[in-house]
Amino acid sequence: MTLKTIVRGKVTGKVVKSNQPINFLGSVDKKTGAITDQKHDLFGKKIADSILVFPNGIGSSVGAYTIYSLKSNNSAPAAMACQKADLTVASGCALANIPLFILSPDEYDSMKDGDEISLG
Amino acid sequence: MELTEDEEESLNGEHGEALQIAYRILSATGEATDAEKLVPIHWAHVSGVNYNTIGDAGEEFLATLSKSAKFKVRTTVNPMGYDKDSVEKFGLDENFIQKQESIKKSYKKMGVTPSFSCIPYEIYDMPQEGTQVAIAETNAAIYANSIGKLKTNKESAFSALASAITGKSPYSDLRKDDSPTMSIAMKVSEPNELTFGLLGYFAGKVADKSVAISGVKNLDKRCSKSLCASMGTSGTCGKFVLDDNSDASEKVDFDEKEMQKVYDELNTAESGDLITLGSPQLGLEEMNDLASMLKGRAFKKRCLIFCPRAIQEQARHLGYAGQLESAGCELMSDCCTCLTPLVTKKDADSVTTNSIKGAYYLKNSNGLDVNLKPLSEIVRDETS
Repeated sequence: MTLKTIVRGKVTGKVVKSNQPINFLGSVDKKTGAITDQKHDLFGKKIADSILVFPNGIGSSVGAYTIYSLKSNNSAPAAMACQKADLTVASGCALANIPLFILSPDEYDSMKDGDEISLG
Repeated sequence: MELTEDEEESLNGEHGEALQIAYRILSATGEATDAEKLVPIHWAHVSGVNYNTIGDAGEEFLATLSKSAKFKVRTTVNPMGYDKDSVEKFGLDENFIQKQESIKKSYKKMGVTPSFSCIPYEIYDMPQEGTQVAIAETNAAIYANSIGKLKTNKESAFSALASAITGKSPYSDLRKDDSPTMSIAMKVSEPNELTFGLLGYFAGKVADKSVAISGVKNLDKRCSKSLCASMGTSGTCGKFVLDDNSDASEKVDFDEKEMQKVYDELNTAESGDLITLGSPQLGLEEMNDLASMLKGRAFKKRCLIFCPRAIQEQARHLGYAGQLESAGCELMSDCCTCLTPLVTKKDADSVTTNSIKGAYYLKNSNGLDVNLKPLSEIVRDETS
């Protein structure tokens, strides 16, 4: 069960899952959507058009602009799903109109990288 | 979240597009944090000023927004991409400068106080304790909560912008309950500003919203700044308290071993091709101290010092700026090291700094290697 919908929308797509929080400003290329932090478990992967499942956003407040830029550059995830919502991800998704869901612990655990799923 | 009739109308676009966008953002952040209502805020500090961070999409968004938006409360802003006085030395292209000037213009149009600083708390008087504010710059938000005893969440660029436009913010998280849920025991002896930076990075990783730190008697301003900046980089934690008797349920130690782990994660070079001091920008006392440390000495490498315009002018008046320049430092205002377009792989392979926040972004966003050292060692090793 999705616990909460922060930004509404219906999406179907492939899960890209990380078990590490994401610093959007510091570790996501706003043009391509590639993860640039070599220490991150999504390093080298692209998040464009995926359903990005991760615990929560961290770090710079400007990460909200990174999310908005990803959308403008057609490199944004189709949706995001988190364990808990932080202000950077919530506001970035709200402005960029990227559906954002908060998942229950069971649902979060059951989602696997590469799964085809529908949300919303 | 319950909205008043007026807020509801704004959300539905009845009071113009700018307010609709602002309330859409506040509704999402309010929902995300289980807020019941919006409360008035009395000062906003927005981030998202540097063209290097917000790009074309951000520039265009602000240009459009500024056609109809006006800031309702006093609003200060973060650093931008360069210092106009020295920009020609750095080979930025015309497009960068044009876009950066457009961003500046958009903020001015909305009524900003043109501070271009990440340390507004060193330039302006802080509001009374307990005042609700909305601060996006993470080091300043943590500083405001922890040292200034103000009330802000660790706002995002957009949530603080929305608060600047509406004068409101969701009543949730730290605004409502800021009691620490974790206590960290500081076990490293003789700490300096770098040690506190490493502690902050560790704290940001392990703590959630608010953290107690035990074993620290005194924390001077530069160590506080270092702690706030690194804590903001690694996590979501927005407040710390120094408390040896915290009743927080979870307790962890920060010892030499933990410190080394953080250091090894962020330190990737034996030495740097140039030195940057900033992230956060330096305050007047730090400039004075550094000028004293450098008496009769000069840097053997390029050393960039980032400070607010208001501080540079005071430092010039008091003679510190001249002393620092005589020792080979270049003073830069209105900008900072965090995602600076001024230090790139074209200029250097590695940078020496005492800033953990600077190290993180220089490494991950600028792609440079970083050599971390406390200021005393930088002066010892890099000057003669």
